[in-house]
Amino acid sequence: MDDLIADFVSECRDMLENLGGEIVAWEAAPQDRARLDSIFRFVPTVKGNCGFFDFPRLETLSHAAEDALADVRAGRRQPDPRLVSAVLAVIDRIGELVEVIAAGQPLPAGDDGDLIEALKAGADAPTTPAPSPAASAAAASGTAAPRTIRLSVDLLDRMMSGVSDLVLARNELARRLRDQSADVAVDSAFERLSGIIAEMRDAITRTRMQRIESLFVGLPRMVRDLSAELGRQVLVDIDGGDVELDREMIEMIRDPLTHIVRNAVDHGIESPAERLKTGKREIGLLSVSARQSGNQILIDIVDDGRGIDGKRLVDKAITAGILDKADAARLSPKEQLQLIFEAGLSTAREVTSISGRGVGMDVVRSNVERIGGVVEVESKPGQGTRMTLRVPLTLTIIPALTVSIGSQHFAIPRAAIEEIVRARGEAVELSRVGGAGIVTIRGRRVPEIVLAQVLGLPSQLEDSDRTLIVLKPAGGDVYALAVDKVHDHEELVVKPAAPAVMATGLYAGTTLADDGSPILLFDPAGLARVGGVRVENQERSVRLLEEGQGPVQQEATPVLLFRDMEGGRRAIRLGVVDRIEEVPASAIGLGAGRLRVQLGEQILALAGLPDIPASTAKVRLFRLSDGETQLGLAFREVIDLDAIAEDIIPAELPGLIEGVTLVGGEPAELIDAHWLFAEHAGPRVQAAQPPVCRLDLADPWSRNMLRPIVEAAGYRVVALDSDERADLMIAGAGASHSAGPPSGDGRVLWLSASPDAPANENHIYRYDRAGLLVALRDAASAGGSR
Amino acid sequence: MNELLLVVRIAGQRVALPAVRIESVVELDTLIPVPRAAEHVAGLSALRSRVLTVICCRRSLGLEPLFEQCTTLEAAVTELDGHHYALIVDGVEDVLQALSDPSPVRAAMGEGWERVSSGMVETEEGALLLVDVAALVAGPEPVRSAA
Repeated sequence: MDDLIADFVSECRDMLENLGGEIVAWEAAPQDRARLDSIFRFVPTVKGNCGFFDFPRLETLSHAAEDALADVRAGRRQPDPRLVSAVLAVIDRIGELVEVIAAGQPLPAGDDGDLIEALKAGADAPTTPAPSPAASAAAASGTAAPRTIRLSVDLLDRMMSGVSDLVLARNELARRLRDQSADVAVDSAFERLSGIIAEMRDAITRTRMQRIESLFVGLPRMVRDLSAELGRQVLVDIDGGDVELDREMIEMIRDPLTHIVRNAVDHGIESPAERLKTGKREIGLLSVSARQSGNQILIDIVDDGRGIDGKRLVDKAITAGILDKADAARLSPKEQLQLIFEAGLSTAREVTSISGRGVGMDVVRSNVERIGGVVEVESKPGQGTRMTLRVPLTLTIIPALTVSIGSQHFAIPRAAIEEIVRARGEAVELSRVGGAGIVTIRGRRVPEIVLAQVLGLPSQLEDSDRTLIVLKPAGGDVYALAVDKVHDHEELVVKPAAPAVMATGLYAGTTLADDGSPILLFDPAGLARVGGVRVENQERSVRLLEEGQGPVQQEATPVLLFRDMEGGRRAIRLGVVDRIEEVPASAIGLGAGRLRVQLGEQILALAGLPDIPASTAKVRLFRLSDGETQLGLAFREVIDLDAIAEDIIPAELPGLIEGVTLVGGEPAELIDAHWLFAEHAGPRVQAAQPPVCRLDLADPWSRNMLRPIVEAAGYRVVALDSDERADLMIAGAGASHSAGPPSGDGRVLWLSASPDAPANENHIYRYDRAGLLVALRDAASAGGSR
Repeated sequence: MNELLLVVRIAGQRVALPAVRIESVVELDTLIPVPRAAEHVAGLSALRSRVLTVICCRRSLGLEPLFEQCTTLEAAVTELDGHHYALIVDGVEDVLQALSDPSPVRAAMGEGWERVSSGMVETEEGALLLVDVAALVAGPEPVRSAA
């Protein structure tokens, strides 16, 4: 009898879980017959079983629900939100009772009259066409049950650990066989055994897998209830329910996912009125999707709500004393968002019953990190928020890198490894700041942890002979781990270590190497903690350090390696390069004795070009900036981004080339940016007095269209009848200019109203903006240099 | 009553371990140290594809280990909360039957012994101290929960 009840309970639980989504979907599409049928199937199942087990309360409830649903099926009644709510309430009550039965307690006496009444009342009331508050697109995929049997999780776990042991035993046998000169026949038999074991391990691993759907089915229901409570309208879109994940993992991410979804509905999506005001659709969109990427599962929770206000987060963090003001001002928008993971911060203006329960995003993050996952957040104010949960596929088999200190081997989870570099490599520099190790790798400064020191193990190697493993622990920031030797990539069957070992905070578990000896697997975040690297704030402080103008080491100056127009290998300091532009040759012209290039609204002096290119060619150039002035430097191609690692041999004469140095192992000429600016941007500096331009201010076109351009080019505008001497006079070709320019004026520029009019240096079509700008620039430099 | 006891020597004293808790007695050949672990955790070893956490009983009692313990490594294997431990003892002597239930020791023992004691049991060879395996594993300080 007990077994039968247990079966009944688990059957009910499964059906209840699936039904939540079905009913909400049915509400959105009341005419959907298939949906209705599947709900209808549940109720009599419960009813039948209740009669058999003598649970009169359940029987009455399911009977009432069945009657109401039967009416709908027969078309005697239209489904409306009230009916759906009533049916949901009945199903909830059934769920509660089933849990009581599962706990082995007698059913409490109680009255379900209210629920039954609610079911009936809807029949008489006129159906009000209210918009459905929530709907599920996911449930549309339907749930066809494959052939399955029930197994206890314990049994599966035993199988899994048995297979893990089998793998280890095979490894040991392999080692023994290698040691002895084995017979070929034994070897091939062993190979076969080995293959079978590997296959079996895969199969068993899969038995532990569960479709993530079981995590998703409850969401539409939850969102529906939440949005009804909060007066929101939310459409849930669920995708990727067929992605499979270790069952344990599914349980571990259930709470974080629920929390994020609640947050999205509560804090993210605005009320319908607010949404309309900001020009959005009334109904908010919440999409939850899962996909597999390598040995990770990515779960995205995206809403199109109001987004996260980084500034308010910063203010709160300052108020809460998490951040001081000076640091706060320097946070990038991304770092501002990261603040939501700090303990004690919640952006909700008031604590609501939905998500303000003292469980913050900090708890979500630590829960996800505990299983080796990461939470990422992206948000655009006013447009929405995307949260991404990134979790490993399974907990038991981890690809790892084995390393050693002295004679002892350790393993590092490969997922945390960014790169491996030699301490004496070219782009790597070790330095000590107040006793703490800092490594500069290609200009990026990261803290160094010497593993031998952290572990207190003797190591014969010099600092520079070690290998650095750049690690990015889940959710933490980058650091470099110095180890004696790097060995091999291996797939390790990881087992939890004893509490006394875990208490060190350094290890994630233990495993056996192929030679049968135990290996400790590091927890990269724990290593950082024990090694004294402040993982949480490190990225921030690195940036602060950089901005605080730390000692700039010439050896680490990043440079852009390129080929100039003549094919020479040259380098320019990255700091002076604003960006790379590509311009048609027509934008390049001679003006006031030197090459100039027009970039949008600006005309810049251009260096690095031997002569004016053919008009069809395109020219690529660096836009260099000294903070005030800009100029262009033409080049043929960019080779690489590198750093100057060696001394610079200075050039004999000052000029475009500052000197020669080794970049990337080959000589390159280093561009002297100071000389470039001094040479090419000079005249502008000398023009202390702004040039003066005479315009016919009585003419509306000149006044409204021309004057702003002229002033933007740096001119002071004077009227026609002014007594001042002007460097340039611009006159309309059609206008009366019989008076001619006052004597002493510089150049005169005639603007014609027709594009077909003959154009030359002093006659320009008045909408030839480029020509106009060049003329303005030329006249200014001619005037200034006089 | 009638419980089987494994008689071992720890720090020169004959004591009894409840035999039901001991899976086997082994001689460990490899010992991989666990850097930064508590002092009484001597390291890790492998036994039939299982990882054993090796506990030095002398250190667990707050005593200095004998020098030669680093070479002989006779140990009793026990399971606790799903983890396997090897308890390094001076030597394994005998298996005896308990003739009485454990009774409290009223004489003053050393601090370490006090902590691991489950009481005195009578045997054919006289009264022996019954040692609590879990207390030995836990060591001198309560194990800090993993961070």
